[in-house]
Amino acid sequence: MRQVFWCVLRRDLMLASRRRIDALLPLAFFLVALSLFPLGVGPEPKTLREIAPGIVWVCALLASMLSVGSLFAGDLADGSLEQMLLAPSPAIAVAAAKSAAHWLLTGLPLIVATPLAGLAFNMSTPAVLALLFGLLLGTPILSLLGALGAALTLGLRSGGMLLILIVLPLATPALIFGAGAVVMVEAGMSASGHFSLLGALLIVTVMGAPLATAAALRISTE
Amino acid sequence: MPLPEALADPLHTGPALTVLHTQALAGERGERRLFESLDMDLPAGSVTWLRGRNGRGKTTLLRLLAGLSSPADGEITIQGRSLRQAGPVGRKQWLYIGHQNALKDDLSATEALGFLARLHGLPDDASSLKQALQRLGVLQRQHAPVRTLSQGQRRRVALARLALSGAAPLWLLDEPFDALDSDGIDALNQVIGEHAAAGGCVLLTSHQALSLRDPAPRLLDLEGFAPGVSPGIAPSISPTSTATPAPGARP
Repeated sequence: MRQVFWCVLRRDLMLASRRRIDALLPLAFFLVALSLFPLGVGPEPKTLREIAPGIVWVCALLASMLSVGSLFAGDLADGSLEQMLLAPSPAIAVAAAKSAAHWLLTGLPLIVATPLAGLAFNMSTPAVLALLFGLLLGTPILSLLGALGAALTLGLRSGGMLLILIVLPLATPALIFGAGAVVMVEAGMSASGHFSLLGALLIVTVMGAPLATAAALRISTE
Repeated sequence: MPLPEALADPLHTGPALTVLHTQALAGERGERRLFESLDMDLPAGSVTWLRGRNGRGKTTLLRLLAGLSSPADGEITIQGRSLRQAGPVGRKQWLYIGHQNALKDDLSATEALGFLARLHGLPDDASSLKQALQRLGVLQRQHAPVRTLSQGQRRRVALARLALSGAAPLWLLDEPFDALDSDGIDALNQVIGEHAAAGGCVLLTSHQALSLRDPAPRLLDLEGFAPGVSPGIAPSISPTSTATPAPGARP
């Protein structure tokens, strides 16, 4: 099982390194979407600082969802997915590896780029740190749920839109606690309660989502 | 290698020699039933040519046997174990190569083959991969990206997995000869022949007559198992001495 996990993860990272432009698109989307808000809302520093955590979280969520749509589509089209499901290991290893690859290729770059957003929105250092820690706990949830949505909508014609409609409601708790933690820190209070809840959400998602994704993959390849 | 006497009757081989056994197997695609009451025994050391018109359910049958979908009815037993109870490790008993080659455009031929080998727990060291590509005659393209390979070369890279796999006794091949030139067909025939000689078992589909001579392929015609055809009348599985369809195989 471990062998299949590493094998699939390594291959996905290798494929991404062969197509660097494609791999950078979610990050580019994240930065462009973020930069739209000061233009739309107006350059008032106080307003921007107040809405920044929510904006960063929403943009991270959308960037994750847009890139997750193609997570299994290519492998389904060329028969790789079939072969992965025939490997002598439970399908959950494939589901977990694909989710991990998505997080490494999308979630992690978004976290790295977030201090830049903090700078642009004039956030204080503790607030940026809270935002980063929240994203560190929250973006894996987005990748896991996104992989589940991608597996459920695999092979459907309007899968991309349906995927977003399925996953967004599931991802709202992460959004609420992640953005809430920054608001708490800005107000000078402890955000540990929010982080605990985010951590709990992450644990539940890690336990449940790959299992469901594996089942959905089996159904979509049937 | 001529078939041993005991294997001549495909419906009654001893249990020890049977690699694949199905009982009253029925397959559906969507809502439509494609075949039913399919009983067969594929013995060790045999190559079976699965025939049938387009849409008759050849691919559906192979996917059922590979465990990619579940049968509408009936039982599948591979090496004496029910497919339902085989579990993930049981999948090492067979190898399925479908219509699609499962190669990634951005990887080189060696990397793409190496990934499939690692995935299935086959030897994946450089010399094994090289040898496998050599067997199928694509060694000179080993570092070329799959994107730049022709259809026939891609097929050869995908089939090179067969040359790596000594472990899986049962090979399920969907149109393996597709896109291959005569050299490729010869190379594949040889790999299949060696597998059968080593006690393996091969079930394959092909829309053109097989040129395989050693061992002589047996014929399984799915037409005889279409819904509404009484299985007692249609002798649809028969050993053939030549690659041409056996007379009387069709009802």
